[in-house]
Amino acid sequence: MQRALPIYVVSICLVLMGPIVIVVILSFSGAGYLRFPPTSFSLRWFARFLGDPQWRASLWYSVIIAAIACVVATIVGFFAAYAFVRGAFPGKKLLLSVLLLPIIVPTVITSIAMYFLSARWHLVGNLVWIGICHAVIALPVVLLILLSSLQGVDPNLERAALSLGASRARLFLRVVVPLAAPGLISAALFAFLASFDELIISLFLTGIRAQTLPVRIWNSLHLEIEPTIAAVSAFLIGVTALVLLLDFLLRGRRAATMNAQR
Amino acid sequence: MRDRTALLMLPAFAMLAVVFLTPLVWFFIQTLFADPSVLWDEIVTVVTSRAMSQAILTTNWVSALVTITVLVTGYPIAYYLANRGGPRFTLVLFCVVVPYFTSVIVRTYSWMVLLGRTGLINQALQGLGVIDAPLPLLYNKIGIVIGMTYVLLPYMVLTLFAAMKSIDGNLIRAARGMGASGLMIFWRIYLPLSLHGVISGALIVFILSIGFFITPALMGGPSDVMVAMLIERSVEITLDWPAAAVMSLFLLAVTLVLYAIYYRVTDLRRLMGT
Amino acid sequence: MNEASLPGHGKGALNLEGLTKLYGEERVVDAIDARIRPGEFFSLLGPSGSGKTTTLMMIAGFVTPDGGAIKVDGADFTHMPPQRRGLGMVFQNYAIFPHLNVFENVAFPLRARRVPEPELHQRVQEALELVRLDRFAKRFARQLSGGQQQRVAIARAIVFRPGIVLMDEPLGALDKNLRYEMQVEIKEIQQRLGMTVVYVTHDQEEAMNMSDRIAIMNHGRIEQLGPPTEIYERPINAFIGRFLGEANLIAGTLEQIAGEEASVRSDDGILLRGRFNRIATGGRKASLFVRPEKLSFGAAAGGNVVEGTVRRRSFLGNIIRTVVQAAPETHLTIDQPNLNEGTEPEVGATVTVNWSVAHSLILLD
Repeated sequence: MQRALPIYVVSICLVLMGPIVIVVILSFSGAGYLRFPPTSFSLRWFARFLGDPQWRASLWYSVIIAAIACVVATIVGFFAAYAFVRGAFPGKKLLLSVLLLPIIVPTVITSIAMYFLSARWHLVGNLVWIGICHAVIALPVVLLILLSSLQGVDPNLERAALSLGASRARLFLRVVVPLAAPGLISAALFAFLASFDELIISLFLTGIRAQTLPVRIWNSLHLEIEPTIAAVSAFLIGVTALVLLLDFLLRGRRAATMNAQR
Repeated sequence: MRDRTALLMLPAFAMLAVVFLTPLVWFFIQTLFADPSVLWDEIVTVVTSRAMSQAILTTNWVSALVTITVLVTGYPIAYYLANRGGPRFTLVLFCVVVPYFTSVIVRTYSWMVLLGRTGLINQALQGLGVIDAPLPLLYNKIGIVIGMTYVLLPYMVLTLFAAMKSIDGNLIRAARGMGASGLMIFWRIYLPLSLHGVISGALIVFILSIGFFITPALMGGPSDVMVAMLIERSVEITLDWPAAAVMSLFLLAVTLVLYAIYYRVTDLRRLMGT
Repeated sequence: MNEASLPGHGKGALNLEGLTKLYGEERVVDAIDARIRPGEFFSLLGPSGSGKTTTLMMIAGFVTPDGGAIKVDGADFTHMPPQRRGLGMVFQNYAIFPHLNVFENVAFPLRARRVPEPELHQRVQEALELVRLDRFAKRFARQLSGGQQQRVAIARAIVFRPGIVLMDEPLGALDKNLRYEMQVEIKEIQQRLGMTVVYVTHDQEEAMNMSDRIAIMNHGRIEQLGPPTEIYERPINAFIGRFLGEANLIAGTLEQIAGEEASVRSDDGILLRGRFNRIATGGRKASLFVRPEKLSFGAAAGGNVVEGTVRRRSFLGNIIRTVVQAAPETHLTIDQPNLNEGTEPEVGATVTVNWSVAHSLILLD
């Protein structure tokens, strides 16, 4: 039993990483159909991806929407997290549960409701509006990260700043934000990623003209499973990996900041 | 001073109210409650429709299967993570976390690549001579279960890991010192102590499963319709908003009930550090 | 924002009037009154939970009072937000901003007041020189020892010339020798700059060493307020007598009262005399209080004399402490300077202990 466990774990890890790794490898394959291992290597699928005006447009839409979602979710979430950590008011548990509702309600339902209203307000395809809708979905993640990050900030530092005559604005800008910076960046990264990868809301809200990358993949998959999709997927995987790497590096900074306070 | 700090929450709640709550409330009111007779008729129509009852059956069946598969597959992984440290821990955690953060569409696509008739698994098995004809691993329930298990496994592993981490190692050591065999220790001590993690994880996975639509839509066959897919079709294809609303209400109600149970089992307070 | 227009740049008089704080039903701070004079070193001393830190936090503005008022040079501070009060503050865990170096830490309050750059530079320099850290200006908190961090905190708290500085057990985290050095430094700085200091501590030696006046707090109330000598020599009740230094407290019953003196019959029947100027009738339960250093061995006329057996002798470095049992329930502690004369009584010996009536105080229970 003792020896079986590591073998099992390794197998499952291969199964977990396998599909992702295979997609990345396939994206570099030279053949026009899916064969593994690839018989030749080429970048033509990436060239296809970035050369196609429609795929490029989708990339652009994905980036814009994710950027908006990232900024909105991070700022709004930062203030809310601060209120939860430093404020003294009743019903915190309940209020926090309410803010976590977006991950509880099945996304299909949220999406069609948003679509119903967005159609009425003529907001379908509006990048800013989609960004804000994504921000609502990203908010729970941002909150969870920042709640933890702000708890690591010594409240005496804030009291010291106030006692020294700092206005609330100065307190936030010069003390709280610098100390919570690693957490803030992590939260922003994950908010960006949440929006960049998001499919269901985008499916309904992007309409015909503003399709994001995941939406375009979805539409393409219904037609045929061609290798360009592998390249786009590999690109998405790359973005994910980058975000995870940056967050991992930031974790070290976060720990260092907390240690420096005592 | 502290009273004003609470005001910082307002932007978040305002955003939630406008972008999330308003659409939901408006949607249900407009489709169902604006005209009371519509509500009852629609409920009857949906409840008696074959598509709906079939979808409910499929959804429950698939979700239960996925939950059990994920539990059995994930439990040993979580155990490994909870009891090992150092670089091995990081490596295994990495393997669990990377899929978790990868887009669902990419994860689903990658399994489609593997499971199709001309997919990689069939190619390999045929190439090795294990089988003659390709196995039907895609566009059926097998495909759905594999796909959903893959997507939901990290949720179970991470939930179980958190629960297992809090099990006091001294209890195991004490039991061993008393001469208990490995199997007995597991069955009578470790498993019961990890039970709340099992329940939490199973609830989360089941709740997420019943609302799933991407993976079943892409990897299922024509007869494998789940409730979420039905909802999506009502909106995109048949444009039957009242039907979509009733089904959504139904799905939402079940989800909320299950979450209420989950809420009792876990503790949100830990998140706020009180 | 003009420095002079900020409150706290007056003379530094601080009045607490009926200051109260409730946590639920509990009166954590119970209607305390105090008039702290400009330039005074004023300590709030008491055990944990006595309300001293809560009081300080109310003065600083981080806790909202439930009743009473706080007045600084006549201005009502009770509900003013902390950033407008202009009071210096030093915390027990130093609260040095880890992301700023020493110079920027000390410069922080001056930047908040938009002090022009050249003047800012000079004043930060002066403050750092005052705490002898001018060579450490570029360092960060993690590169400094605890004592150095505390000095940065002090420099930062005084650089904007507040009239009043609040200190919350600032030396609690330091080891004993360093603590004594810092006490001397803090006192010197305070006298040089003429600031009022409100100092919270649970260490009675520290309070006595540094303070002009001490307020002893217990269960949210000020039990006694006065200069160290007065509280030490003339405590008003047994709690204070025991809290500040070592004390002999012999329980008994009040007998005769004559002018400013009275006599107490101890529970073992020994008659003792001491100073007493309260209103009371005979029969009340009372204790005789006398400090260990006021007792001597040998017979002497005119004072309190008691015979007993030596039970224990302790060597405390500068003091030899002897415990004598005079009666089953009566133990006396005698402290004598360590003169190495070899005349101290041995354990088990029968001795006579005497002390003057003037040194004895009768405290009502």
